[in-house]
Amino acid sequence: MSLADLTIAEAGAQLRSGGATSVDLLDAVIERASFTEAQLHCYLTIDHVGARSAAESADRELTAGTDRGPLHGIPLALKDNFCTRGLTTTCSSQILAGYVPPYDATVVSRLRGGGAVIVGKTNLDEFAMGSSTENSAFGPTRNPWDPERVPGGSSGGSAAAVAVGSALGAFGSDTGGSIRQPASLCGVVGFKPTYGLVSRYGLVAFASSLDQIGPLARTVGDALTLFEAVAGHDPLDSTSYPGAVPEMRADFETGPKGIRIGVVSELSGEGYEPEVAIAMTRTLNQLADDGAEIVEVSLPTFELALSCYYLIAPAEASANLARFDGVRYGLRIDGETVEEMMARTRAEGFGPEVTRRILLGTYSLSAGYYDAFYGQANRLRTKLIQELAEVHQRVEVLVSPTSPTVAFELGAKTQDPLAMYLSDVCTIPADLAGTPAISVPVGNNHQGLPIGLQVMAPALGEAVMFRVARAVEERAGFVARPPMAGPP
Amino acid sequence: MTAWESVIGIEVHVELRTASKMFCGCPVVFGDRPNTAVCPTCLGLPGALPVTNGIAIEWLARIGLALHCQIAPSSVFHRKNYFYADVPKNYQISQFDLPVCTNGWLDVVVDGEEIRVGIERAHMEEDTGKSLHQGSGGRIHSATSTLLDFNRSGVPLVEIVSRPDLRSAVQARTYAQDLRALVAELGVSDARMEEGSIRFDANVSVRPIGATDLGTKVEIKNMNSFRSLERAIASEIDRQINLVEGGGVVIQETRHWDEAAGATQGMRTKEGSSDYRYFTEPDLVPMVMVPATIERLQADLPELPAERRHRFAQLGLDPQVVDVLSGTEPGLRRVFDEAVALGADPVMGANWVTGEVTAAIRKAEATTADIPFTGKDLAELVTMVKEGSLSSSAAKEVLAAVIMGDGSPRAVALARDLMQVSDEALIGAAVDQVLAANTEAIARFRGGEEKVLGFLVGQVMRATGGKADPKLVNTLLRQRIT
Repeated sequence: MSLADLTIAEAGAQLRSGGATSVDLLDAVIERASFTEAQLHCYLTIDHVGARSAAESADRELTAGTDRGPLHGIPLALKDNFCTRGLTTTCSSQILAGYVPPYDATVVSRLRGGGAVIVGKTNLDEFAMGSSTENSAFGPTRNPWDPERVPGGSSGGSAAAVAVGSALGAFGSDTGGSIRQPASLCGVVGFKPTYGLVSRYGLVAFASSLDQIGPLARTVGDALTLFEAVAGHDPLDSTSYPGAVPEMRADFETGPKGIRIGVVSELSGEGYEPEVAIAMTRTLNQLADDGAEIVEVSLPTFELALSCYYLIAPAEASANLARFDGVRYGLRIDGETVEEMMARTRAEGFGPEVTRRILLGTYSLSAGYYDAFYGQANRLRTKLIQELAEVHQRVEVLVSPTSPTVAFELGAKTQDPLAMYLSDVCTIPADLAGTPAISVPVGNNHQGLPIGLQVMAPALGEAVMFRVARAVEERAGFVARPPMAGPP
Repeated sequence: MTAWESVIGIEVHVELRTASKMFCGCPVVFGDRPNTAVCPTCLGLPGALPVTNGIAIEWLARIGLALHCQIAPSSVFHRKNYFYADVPKNYQISQFDLPVCTNGWLDVVVDGEEIRVGIERAHMEEDTGKSLHQGSGGRIHSATSTLLDFNRSGVPLVEIVSRPDLRSAVQARTYAQDLRALVAELGVSDARMEEGSIRFDANVSVRPIGATDLGTKVEIKNMNSFRSLERAIASEIDRQINLVEGGGVVIQETRHWDEAAGATQGMRTKEGSSDYRYFTEPDLVPMVMVPATIERLQADLPELPAERRHRFAQLGLDPQVVDVLSGTEPGLRRVFDEAVALGADPVMGANWVTGEVTAAIRKAEATTADIPFTGKDLAELVTMVKEGSLSSSAAKEVLAAVIMGDGSPRAVALARDLMQVSDEALIGAAVDQVLAANTEAIARFRGGEEKVLGFLVGQVMRATGGKADPKLVNTLLRQRIT
């Protein structure tokens, strides 16, 4: 077995027992990448020099007795919408091709401070807008379980890299499901924390009130470890939660006994693949056998969440992406006037999906339409939050499929934006509510493609969410590795 | 023929001189090398986020309280979306329907009449960068290239919007000047028009006298001095009246004041009003102003100019002196207030402060802060003059010496032997002596030669070494020879 197939916990043990060095771990994931990248294209940039130097430094420190904690010496991948000082950050967009940020995102500096080795930057749908990583200006990422299929998105590069072993763990961003949905489609764990628990400073914004950074990992335990390394208040992000990060480890392994789990009835039925539903039911039965109480709950606003999301997210995006104008950085296409230069730069620099969302957002914010669109969507969002609060009086966590389907084929939905948008129908409510949610692999369909289960909890309810996710993981017994990971 | 009335409202932008910018830690600077006081946030780099400067919000509330505004207990920022090269995010963080300050007023005096100008709102926003258009005299049209300086980007900017309560260019100018003085006095801004740290735009419309509906308003920009503000408004009023009287219609637009041409020019902007697509700034949380903070800010307010004008008037000062004293530098006003508190005659004190003291300080090329001249000194000087122990001309000499640090007025007067003798017995003795020696002169005076009196006064002054109070000498001479 290659070191590239270790969990973070296992790799950490190896580092500390002298079984492997950080440089060994890095070599293993780079070697893995060297024969998967040509087909999968998980990475936009691999930082060979920087990563090696960080790994060597991590090894020197460990030898000298300095241990920065559980991520010390661990090779990780970052979605290419995190600003990394001195390392190209493109958001998979032509408009930022070659852009090198002068500063590190807070998450990046916390990871560096924790001794992590940043292998490189992973592919995504342009500006994180998409559900398949096909909207990348630099070509799609493919699913390690079947390269004819998409890895999901927008954090598809991070999900595929973790699945295939070209990183031991990764970070992504989730605005409408962009961590959980690709995690589900790639058979890894993906976690979106409570809004505000992880600083957004240095994450290139898509929709500020929804964006949240979170980990992708092989195990629930690794996801927790990655999260703990970056969570906590950041004075540079005004929306970051000022209180202490909830304690999540005490009950982590205590099992599902006595926990009331609500199954969201709106997230089932038409459009949901039977095998997805079956995998979920099987897992829930196992949890019930172990003492969890399973009840069906109804959240009528969930039916409207997708529409609500597609008014709010593009509206915020239309402003967030206004700064890409060719004036100060990134692409510039000259024109006769400043206005013409800006217009040409933006027309050329943004791909079709980004353009579509900017137009949608601009429209929904326009005078005369604001109240019917953006205003109405925000009222609905408030209602959804209230509805969730009421349901959580009765159940501690909610479960649903993470995605209605397993990974679909490349090109299957690119001509039909609405079909693509429906891919996020299960994940969007937690973004709108700012609540934590995690996707855990629970099985494979008849083609071997992974199926994910989503566990949602109330805001700051990470402890119970992780406890249930861990119980799901243990019972699902999903240990398969994608064929692309190479010989065992 | 219709008589016309002009209706004017003023929008003021004030840059606060906080230590750091509105939403980042960069220093607030003026005149530094371009793009040296910048960071990811104020450059609008990808991923950067704003963090509200709490001091700036307090200073805005301080301005609001000085303008008798209501301070919102909770307020939010909005994004104002528009594309412009010196707006780094292509939206400005501003306030929309929930400004921090609403519904206040400022009293100003024009031609002896006090006018209450309503303040609709005062809100917080961030300043833009500066476009430096190359070639073409600084205008964007026909510029060959444009350089951008983002040092100003993100500097806290307060916008104060008046109600359309002003009726003439002079009123508008006075309002603008008084508002500038107020802001400067609050210590929250340099408020220098020439440096752009305070900027005025005017909304001007005309209507027939007696009409209650407002006419179509035109916004005028680019006034770089109070004089040009007044001229621009007057010129715009004339333009609109001529236009309407000639059968034309005023269109809603923004016009640029052309100082050289002495007229406003259309700005060739797009038709229709701009749609800024305001929405709540999702990167920031609501600002909360607790009652205790508002109370503290209220208690910390200095005496406001209108209050001070009323207080000066109550001391019996001439309206003109009230004006000059109100407009004089704060240090000098403090000297005056201290002197009055120590019992100095307010009218004399005001005359000295606005006259001789101001002149002497100017002559010394100093400021009040640099010189050892206190309220106690002014009280002493004024009282000595009033009691007749110091002549006006001697008092000026004393003042100059005090300002040079030679000591208190009394000490200087004594040291220089400048005290006037007003002792009637002493002077009377000298008068008697002089009269006894000049019987012929007395006869000539009694014969109708009035000018002889001057000669006799001179003799007495000489006999007393020039220190006798001339008025008293005169009186005593007349008493004895008529």
